Amino acid sequence: MTEITSRRGLLFGAAAVSAGALLTGCTSNEPSESKDEPAGNNQPAADDKPGKQVTIGFAGPQADHGWLNAINDNAKDRAKKYSDVTLEITEGSNDTAQQIGQIETLINKKVDVLVVLPADGKALTQVGLKAMRAGIPVVNLDRIFNTPQAYRCWIGGDNYGMGLNAGHYIGEKLKGKSGARVIELAGLDNLELTKQRTKGFDDALKNYPNIKKVARQAAEFTVESGQAKMAQLLQAQSKFDALWNHDDDQGVGALRAIEQAGRDDFLMVGGAGALSAFQAIKQDDGVLKATVLYPPTMAASAIDLARALGQGKGIGGMAEFEIPSSITLYSAVVDKTNVDQYMSTGFK
Amino acid sequence: MTQPVSPPRDSTAKVPEAPPPAWRGLLARADVRTLSLLGVLAALIVVGGITKPDEFLDTRNLQLVLTQASVVGVVTVGMTFVIVSGGIDLSVGAIVALASVWATTVATQEYGFAGILFTAIIVGVGCGLVNGVLIAYGAMVPFIATLAMLASARGLALQITDGKTQIVTVPSVLDLGERDAYVLGIPPLVLVFAVVTIIGWLVLNRTTFGRRTVAVGGNPEAARLAGIDVRRQRLYLYLLSGLCCGIAAFLLIVLSGSGQNTNGNLYELDAIAAAIIGGTLLTGGRGTITGSVLGVLIFFTITNIFALNNLQSDVQQIAKGAIIVAAVLVQRRTASTT
Repeated sequence: MTEITSRRGLLFGAAAVSAGALLTGCTSNEPSESKDEPAGNNQPAADDKPGKQVTIGFAGPQADHGWLNAINDNAKDRAKKYSDVTLEITEGSNDTAQQIGQIETLINKKVDVLVVLPADGKALTQVGLKAMRAGIPVVNLDRIFNTPQAYRCWIGGDNYGMGLNAGHYIGEKLKGKSGARVIELAGLDNLELTKQRTKGFDDALKNYPNIKKVARQAAEFTVESGQAKMAQLLQAQSKFDALWNHDDDQGVGALRAIEQAGRDDFLMVGGAGALSAFQAIKQDDGVLKATVLYPPTMAASAIDLARALGQGKGIGGMAEFEIPSSITLYSAVVDKTNVDQYMSTGFK
Repeated sequence: MTQPVSPPRDSTAKVPEAPPPAWRGLLARADVRTLSLLGVLAALIVVGGITKPDEFLDTRNLQLVLTQASVVGVVTVGMTFVIVSGGIDLSVGAIVALASVWATTVATQEYGFAGILFTAIIVGVGCGLVNGVLIAYGAMVPFIATLAMLASARGLALQITDGKTQIVTVPSVLDLGERDAYVLGIPPLVLVFAVVTIIGWLVLNRTTFGRRTVAVGGNPEAARLAGIDVRRQRLYLYLLSGLCCGIAAFLLIVLSGSGQNTNGNLYELDAIAAAIIGGTLLTGGRGTITGSVLGVLIFFTITNIFALNNLQSDVQQIAKGAIIVAAVLVQRRTASTT
């Protein structure tokens, strides 16, 4: 998994988080938001009623793994739902030059709004700026551009929050257990997001003096690396109480290693929200008890935002006249109690 | 150590007795290299034993290291043949990926164990055939032909999976990776690795095919004049490498219980590096299976010691690079002083 974002959430704090939670909620049902408007505020808010026709250009990276694939599917499905939205989607590419070319083509086609998930946020900043200068608002999805000038609105996941929530979940589960040992199977260490996830996890664990993180190894977001690194971790730690694995894709391999070692004496929490993880949590017959979301539904929300921008509306349920400039999504913990609600968002 | 190590003959190596076939002298020299590699491995084992005595010096850990090494190990055996012949195969990782995803599609899984095994091997051999024909009869440079295969095979693997992880549901395949399947404490994957190594060693050292491979790598023109069909030999060698990739793909499916288009990432570098550390000349004409396999084992022992000591990726990578350089230097010194 390679979703890259920098943590802008601090600036926008609670407002952004709740807006994110609201948007995530939007994707699983179809509330008529206009009815929930605060009293005394009658600015137009986006709703499901057909409005002005909007053409949205969408450019993403090559969908070479489950999460990115889910991003594309979410965007397409969401756009299909609106009769007033036309989606111009490009062939995903990991090649910076190619993605720049694709976005320039969309600019030349004069789409109304652009949604861009850059292969590399920093490298695509210039083309984001170009679109904004051409008067096309850009919704920057997840991997953030270098400068806020290059986008009208950024929406993305919260890597620090993922670690934080995973840490708190494990902390609560191990409450009262003295000398509890926790291990971490991280993602690709070359990525900043991995560092952020680990930082969040460590910060959360600081609240629980009875817990000590005894080991951490980094895999590469692949099943193969997950199996290899987990097998080593299990050999290194003959006894521990909980494991946080950053990513459900590599978690398939990690679970395989756990099964091969015949271990079931600990609690495991995953990350991202893959369908296989949700199913395992629901069955509740293995070590995997929960997973922390990095929701691919953000792509559907990005389409919502792009549509609202194109129609000159605000977000329903908020008093603002304008779409916020930054929205950090909440990394909810999915366990047995709420897994059914999220099952449909699970990616393969 | 499960791979057959040819008996060290350091004493004979010092006395060049000028045996009739040239490759015998080469073999004797290679054995000095093998010995120094064993020294490096022994040093690593001492380090592991001192830093983590309970976890490292443990039967389960030996099983773990050998199991993890078997996938890349099998690929390296094929790679050694190709490099000895003066070629290179950059497509091994991509072939492993393609074979592993092709063999784990829903359609293939319906045919059960045999279907998965058969598909993995056929896809491997098929890719090797394309490589071989392009290089031997299309007169393409191996670097370019296999680089093209790398790109196409990865692309096709991505197209098949659509970026999704294909989970294996065939119980007989999964069972092979479990502890219950161990034969006298030896994991089946390690057995396959051992068998491939033994066959590879026999073929390279004891058959006409092996001698032809060395000859083609040492001096293709001389080999041609000596009546060797150099082109056909090259074709066979890339087929062999493809076959090894197919076997490795099956092992990886058993090990990880899945097929994913990211499988086999950078295997080409691991396999080439292991072969070079093992004393195989990148220019061809010299190399041993024993050395390559020791190279693989050194790699995986290092990884294991690092993981057991909870060192992080950055430290691991720096130290790994340093150890590779040290291993090659030690080996060169030993080889030149004897």
